[in-house]
Amino acid sequence: MSTMTKRRYSYVFLLPAAIIYFVFFLLPTVLSFFFSMTRWTLTDWDFIGFDNYITFFSETALSIGFRNTLIFAVVTCGLKVLLGLLLGTLLTSSIIFKSYLRSVIFFPTLLSTIAVGITFSTMMHPSQGLINISLAALGLNGPDWLGNVKIALLSVALVDVWKGVGIATVIFIAGITAIPQEYYEALKIDGGNAYDGFRHITIPLSRPAMNTVIILAFIGGLRTFDLIWAMTKGGPGFTTDLIASIIYKQYQAGFYGLATAGNVILFIGVSLLAFPLYRFLTRSEVDQ
Amino acid sequence: MRKTRSKLISTACILLIITLLAACGGNNAPATTNNAADPGAQTPTNTAEKTKVTLMVGNTGTALEALRHVAAEAEDKLNITIEFDIKPDGTEGDNLVKTRLATGDMADLLVYNSGSLLQAINPEQNFVDLTNEPYMATVMDSFKSTVSANGKVFGVPFGSSNAGAILYNKKVYAELGLSVPKTWAEFMANNEKIHAAGKTAVIGTYKDTWTSQLFVLADFYNVHSQVPAFAEDYTANKAKYATTPAALRGFEKIEEVFKAGFMNKDFLATTYDVGLKMLAEGTGVHYPMLTSALDAINQNYPEQVNDIGVFAQPSDSADRNGLTVWMPSAIYINKEGKNVEAAKRWVEYFVSPEGQEVLTSKFNAAGPYVIEGVELPDDAYEGVKEMQVYFDEGRTAPALEFLSPVKGPNLENITVAVGSGISSAMEGAENYDKDVEKQAHQLNLPGW
Repeated sequence: MSTMTKRRYSYVFLLPAAIIYFVFFLLPTVLSFFFSMTRWTLTDWDFIGFDNYITFFSETALSIGFRNTLIFAVVTCGLKVLLGLLLGTLLTSSIIFKSYLRSVIFFPTLLSTIAVGITFSTMMHPSQGLINISLAALGLNGPDWLGNVKIALLSVALVDVWKGVGIATVIFIAGITAIPQEYYEALKIDGGNAYDGFRHITIPLSRPAMNTVIILAFIGGLRTFDLIWAMTKGGPGFTTDLIASIIYKQYQAGFYGLATAGNVILFIGVSLLAFPLYRFLTRSEVDQ
Repeated sequence: MRKTRSKLISTACILLIITLLAACGGNNAPATTNNAADPGAQTPTNTAEKTKVTLMVGNTGTALEALRHVAAEAEDKLNITIEFDIKPDGTEGDNLVKTRLATGDMADLLVYNSGSLLQAINPEQNFVDLTNEPYMATVMDSFKSTVSANGKVFGVPFGSSNAGAILYNKKVYAELGLSVPKTWAEFMANNEKIHAAGKTAVIGTYKDTWTSQLFVLADFYNVHSQVPAFAEDYTANKAKYATTPAALRGFEKIEEVFKAGFMNKDFLATTYDVGLKMLAEGTGVHYPMLTSALDAINQNYPEQVNDIGVFAQPSDSADRNGLTVWMPSAIYINKEGKNVEAAKRWVEYFVSPEGQEVLTSKFNAAGPYVIEGVELPDDAYEGVKEMQVYFDEGRTAPALEFLSPVKGPNLENITVAVGSGISSAMEGAENYDKDVEKQAHQLNLPGW
């Protein structure tokens, strides 16, 4: 066999994977760009240019959706990094019940998001929910967690943090245990205390772990759907609508073309935010 | 070598496609049936070969039970077994129906809404034309118009009509010495007295968002009697909610009730079921709702169901006082079904006086029936009997969704926003007009 045929021959082995990739990933992606410019009933379509995009951008609820999505992503991402780092540090130090506490922190991650959402929305009921009953026992007057327009989104964000902080903690634990003990010993010899160790060794050297957490949590926050749907369905009114829930509502109404346009917008939006963020974070990692 | 490669590619493609198709075909049959719950399947009395017809239906209220009863009778008479295919109700169910129709996977018979929801699933393309069936002569015209497209009739009525009205607790009314209000002002005065007596005047159950729409939807009799051309102009993009004062009133009524603080404290976290409980127990006195709620009350609180009365949503003038009526759902025959002929025979039996007698013996009506000769039984709910008066005096109008294919999908979120003070009545009406515009564009309606 010539080298040429050999090379072709080896491509054949890529074929099954390539076909699957084409049929299930590439083709739908390209088609979605096309269908986003049509009026589409699943069986039948007609081309209407950029009308769907215009409709989507002129939707009053959409500006709320963009703002909410950003707030949600930033709040959940920030809290997960902060809490994850603190918990990671705590759970790598020599404390009692370490492995038990590690599994407790990780446990919520294993639960179904829908189950968590339904459970918490029951617990957050303004007068009969466990949370406000407990607060009342302490003499406090709990707010209407999911009904109050000002805090509904934050309530959902807190539940998301509760559920997701386990993953962040595990990543931080992995990052922190990878830091050589010698650095801490050197610090001790130089007379540094525990805070110095955290500030000057743990934080800078767990930077790769932190970047992973930031990227995962931020993208996760941008495309959150299940939790918000289980807890508020975007309500009351449109106050907790995220882009993903707005898109879902368009599908529900049978506006398939419009919903596809929304997905394309979400795709572009996530890429525009996530790639530069990734670039920025990895660059500063190299600079260390 | 090149030939070999292209052969390999095509073989691989074919194999892949075959696998995919096999996978698709394999899982739909068992997933769509519900044998265990089918009474027909457990009574192998008739040994002759039976024709199997599938029927897709939701499972709210007593409807399904009554339908099973008819199916069991029909099995003896026609030798046709019905295999039930249970679907969820609400938007979830709409989605399923649309998908099943689009993928050619629909059951032979479908129980589905009449009116605008039917128009959204393209009846001409999907269902068998029943215009010339002899039994259609017994079906009321007002119903037929809601299951028609281009002059062809596609469905037969399933069950009774239904009204959007105010359900009220008669015991509390008697205790407080109140009388049924004829105008909105009287209604608000009653609310004031109920509120002062420490009870919830108006039950709000916004956790189930659809329940928030009633003040707008059930106000349509009042809109219709003031602006008779509204439905037509609205469909043709000439009339709007925000610019038609009579139509805007519906949104204003929600706003007024919220501002007066007449609703229960946690109305945003309260569900439909809890609302029914409040009404039955008399802790809540008015519930703007569909009268089909009576059936749900009967299931959970059979002792209290006859304490519940029904009055039409009042307008601003005592001269205009009538009910907004929801037409019953209908049974449609799938054009592409496997057993169209058997399905047709079954439907014929269903609408026959005999079939209707079987149905109404098990079905609890939420309003008058729309087939001639089918009367409300004597043991109908008190609330339903109160509705009959409006029908006898001709003081009814169909809800807007039966007169126009235009209905925005976000009304329930908009009414929640108005009803919880997030937006004003005017903003709500304007948002709804925009929502409707979007729907009209997506349906490609003329004039938009």
